[in-house]
Amino acid sequence: MRRSSIVTSEIDPASLINEVGSPQYGAISLFIGTVREVNDGRSVTAIEYSVYKSMADAELERILDEAEERFGVSALVVEHRIGLLGLGDVSVAIAAAHAHRAPALDCTRYVIEEIKKRVPIWKKEHYVDGTREWVDPARAAQASSV
Amino acid sequence: MSTVTVQLFASYAEMLGAPTVELPLTPGTTVQDLLYRIRSLPGASALPSAPRVAVNRSFAASDQIIEPSDEIALIPPVAGG
Repeated sequence: MRRSSIVTSEIDPASLINEVGSPQYGAISLFIGTVREVNDGRSVTAIEYSVYKSMADAELERILDEAEERFGVSALVVEHRIGLLGLGDVSVAIAAAHAHRAPALDCTRYVIEEIKKRVPIWKKEHYVDGTREWVDPARAAQASSV
Repeated sequence: MSTVTVQLFASYAEMLGAPTVELPLTPGTTVQDLLYRIRSLPGASALPSAPRVAVNRSFAASDQIIEPSDEIALIPPVAGG
């Protein structure tokens, strides 16, 4: 089972576990990304995710190809949600199953790191004071290092 | 003369005030040439010095030649996850 999807409705991580699970595997690794209430010291009320869907689908498939080749994980499901998400909502879930734990864990880590670098998804944070801003991770990293 | 449509997203779409822009395309136009033309559009001065460009749903090098049938997009800093 291998699948990547951009979704607009709520992500159910349990269904991803069911999809990848099989008696042949001794480990399932699940990563869940959620909407956090503070970013760069500012109080966030919601995040609006947008996507360039045709490229995001293609890029996710390329990442899954790479993950399968690197870690030998073929039971791998990824869902990324777009639209307006509230605090605590699941924005991304990745489930990877393997006979052993190390490849399963390494695989979920690899997939989330690559998503953050390469998949054309953007987020606009809504703040308590009513302002809204597009998130630029490079700029945020620079700001937090000074 | 043929033209090419460039898709814009997120902060870049807001900067240029539109989800797409149409530009003339001469034979041999590269990604870098196209960026040069985009820079002359209203609002484009706020773009970073080297924005990422996707051609046919893959990130492209600056010397890649653009064909009229290509799907072109400017990709702002991504922030998935």
